[in-house]
Amino acid sequence: MEILRYAFYRFGTMLLTLWVVSILVFVIINLPPGDYLSNQIAELRASGQSAGVAKAEFLRSEYALDKPLWQQYLIWVGFMPGPHGFSGLVQGNFGWSFEFDRPVAEIVGDSLWLTVLVNLAAVLFVYVVALPLGVLAAARARSWVDYTSAFVGYLGLATPNFLLALILFYYGHRWFNLPIGGLMDPAFEGEPMGWEKVKSILIHLIVPTFVIGTSGASAMMQRLRANMLDELGKPYVETAIAKGMSPSRMLAKYPLRVAFNPFVADIGNLLPAMISGSVLVSVVLGLQTIGPTLLTALKTQDMFLSGFVLMFVALLTLIGTMISDVLLVLLDPRIRYEGRDA
Amino acid sequence: MAPLLSVKDLSIGFGKDDSVVRDVSFDVAAGETLALVGESGSGKTVTCRAVLRILPKAAQIRTGSIQFDDRLGSKELVHLPERDMRDLRGNQIAMIFQEPMRSLSPLHRIGNQVAEVLWLHGRKSEAEAKKEVLACFERVGFPDPERTYSSYPFELSGGMRQRAMIAMAMVAKPKLLIADEPTTALDVTTQAQVLGLMKELQRDTGMAMILVTHDLGVVANMAEQVVVMHKGRVMEAGAAEPLLSAPAHPYTKALIDAAPKIPAAAIPTGVPAQQDLILELNGVSKTYSMRAGKGWKAPSLIYACRGVDLHLPRGKTLAIVGESGSGKTTAARIALGAEPPDEGGEVLFRAKAGADPIEVHKMDRIARTAFQREAQMVFQDPYSSLSPRMRILDTMIEPLEIHGIGDRAERREKAGAMLQMVGLGQDMLMRYPHAFSGGQRQRLSIARALMLNPSLLVCDEPTSALDVSVQEQILRLLEEIRDQKQLSYLFISHDLAVVARIADEVAVMRRGLVVEQASPETLFHNPQHPYTKALIAAQPEPDIHRPINLQLVAQGAGRPEDWPEHFRFSGFEAPPLVPLEPGHKVRCHV
Repeated sequence: MEILRYAFYRFGTMLLTLWVVSILVFVIINLPPGDYLSNQIAELRASGQSAGVAKAEFLRSEYALDKPLWQQYLIWVGFMPGPHGFSGLVQGNFGWSFEFDRPVAEIVGDSLWLTVLVNLAAVLFVYVVALPLGVLAAARARSWVDYTSAFVGYLGLATPNFLLALILFYYGHRWFNLPIGGLMDPAFEGEPMGWEKVKSILIHLIVPTFVIGTSGASAMMQRLRANMLDELGKPYVETAIAKGMSPSRMLAKYPLRVAFNPFVADIGNLLPAMISGSVLVSVVLGLQTIGPTLLTALKTQDMFLSGFVLMFVALLTLIGTMISDVLLVLLDPRIRYEGRDA
Repeated sequence: MAPLLSVKDLSIGFGKDDSVVRDVSFDVAAGETLALVGESGSGKTVTCRAVLRILPKAAQIRTGSIQFDDRLGSKELVHLPERDMRDLRGNQIAMIFQEPMRSLSPLHRIGNQVAEVLWLHGRKSEAEAKKEVLACFERVGFPDPERTYSSYPFELSGGMRQRAMIAMAMVAKPKLLIADEPTTALDVTTQAQVLGLMKELQRDTGMAMILVTHDLGVVANMAEQVVVMHKGRVMEAGAAEPLLSAPAHPYTKALIDAAPKIPAAAIPTGVPAQQDLILELNGVSKTYSMRAGKGWKAPSLIYACRGVDLHLPRGKTLAIVGESGSGKTTAARIALGAEPPDEGGEVLFRAKAGADPIEVHKMDRIARTAFQREAQMVFQDPYSSLSPRMRILDTMIEPLEIHGIGDRAERREKAGAMLQMVGLGQDMLMRYPHAFSGGQRQRLSIARALMLNPSLLVCDEPTSALDVSVQEQILRLLEEIRDQKQLSYLFISHDLAVVARIADEVAVMRRGLVVEQASPETLFHNPQHPYTKALIAAQPEPDIHRPINLQLVAQGAGRPEDWPEHFRFSGFEAPPLVPLEPGHKVRCHV
């Protein structure tokens, strides 16, 4: 029950953090002088298109951009009634994209969960690859296993992702007939979910997962190896051997268990790093994730769109850290019992 | 009858270097205790690990044989296949390590870690194993075995953890137990109890024991056979009794001489006249509040110090003795102004004889800086109290830089002079700490503390991390400097024998209270308080005819609520500290 209370408490702090993040995001997207509309108005004025100016002015008041900043913020989040009553993020209205001239929700729509999907697959890949390799490298430290995995790992770290993407696409297509670009066969786009569509998505996922995951996996592997090596020097390892345990069993039960903590704690950091890291990859691979949208939105000062995307990324991060915190409490009795009388 | 374990001409080396263990031979008979004695670097730990073949990867056994003779026949352990070796470990030959905290996994329950021995050697079902482990827990003295079974190591005290380690080693009923400094990390009273337990268990089960230690006192209490090692070679070996009472080898003699002893009996000296006090603690208390786990419960209070009155005359040494958690370090930290005492307590300091006392906790910044020049500290662990990234010179002159004393050349000269004073060479100034041994490092810490010409030195267990022979040298150095520079020491220790040598007055603390206070002569000649008696009794001495009196230890080191009525605490209420005779105070009911 204690764990439930902790999870609840942790959820509360997450909401609080999210609120602070929303202020930060709003401030940051408003930092560059002007906004999308005033830039457009200036442009239209210069070319003498008064009809456009009128529309832009209308939009300005429609989206409360003529109000002071703090009011704009409150309206955006949905704490204060705007021109159309309470209608902000909290109420589920993500705003209007000026660049695409469509509601934000419509633009991001599918790409939201595709982003989550691609990144979850990458995180899974990171863990599945890094765990055995890291342990193996530590157990066979300073042997050819260690050196080879370190070499491959550094190669993975050092190769630019987009380059890796291009290479993999080329050979993947040539040897395994893997599809190039996109996250599903174009035929399925906009179609309802079905077995064939899932299959298409899974096949399309292979290369992106590999591309986005490799650098994370090699970094994680090195970290796990270092942690494991630290733990292997601890006296309790010697105790276990003196009990008559076999090395592999000892490795899995004791040092790995301790080295696992930072591993779990990394979930929170991994998600945002991958999302921001995968923007370029998504552009190169033509993935329908949120990345390319964010890039365009930031470039054109499309405030509501970029604001929403940033908030979404923040939400993912916070959920990630929350999950890893709760897992850590489950895993480590020292954290669980903290505060009890010792 | 063939010995249980027979080590012959064993040599062990690391990589291509010279052997660190050379031609070591000894036999252990069933049911017998053999002590491997030596200082750090003597090769004793490597030797005992070789028996279990749990040496570091770089070490290899070069020559020699290790014969282990269980009833099924003799086995050559040096060439035994790893799989067979695994069957022996924990099952036939078990081991106890030095640091009970770090030798248990922090993330697994104690029961799990102990029962694992039985699971590994495949003799028991899970339920049976648990039953056996619970019985074993009860045997080693856990009041509530069931609860211990599901506890984590960090929930137990050091002594209890070592009991858990012993249970882990004993649960499979091994023929041979190897104990590597099993009590070095423990308080002296806890050490006595753990040693007593090990001896009792040995009597019950008839197992043999190899005890690795640097403490001849422990040897005298435990061993039948002794092997003295120095720099990888056996210096002297034989039965404990003749070896300890009439050592043949000069090295053994030196070791025995270096071991601090409690004076057998001495004439109590007169009362030190209340003269010029350099430091005065009046009614100093310190209460910490611990954040409780649950929000609505009041935070629990910890009374680290309760009404401590201590007076340190100029040029003298006042020692505070007690187990960990007794409040001795807190008292020293308050004396140095590192922490404020609770309301009502005061610390007075007189830099010069006859000067007006300054209140240590009510100083402004300038007065504080001046005070810091006068009061310096020597820390316990010489390995972590010197920055590994600074040259000795920089470490030494840093205090002078902070206080803006002298120019570069003067500072350097002073640092050189200080090094010579503590017995090191001037040419060592440009080295880094890693180039020094433990004893040399402690000399460096002392030299650093002396750089500001302080009048008060607070020494927090300055010798407890050192080998006996080095400890002796450091104590002598401290005495010399005190007499030469007219220093006053506040000396914190858990070791009565060390204190007996250097102190002019001793305050024994328990649970934040001073329970007895007197000159060391009075204290050892005529101890009144059961806790003081326990401390003295628990001190292992290298005299085989004076074994530890476990009954005295158990009585005094137990809960203050269980002390004889005259001294008993009832919960938080403690009897007052009453003067028994001039200069001798005891906490008892009048």
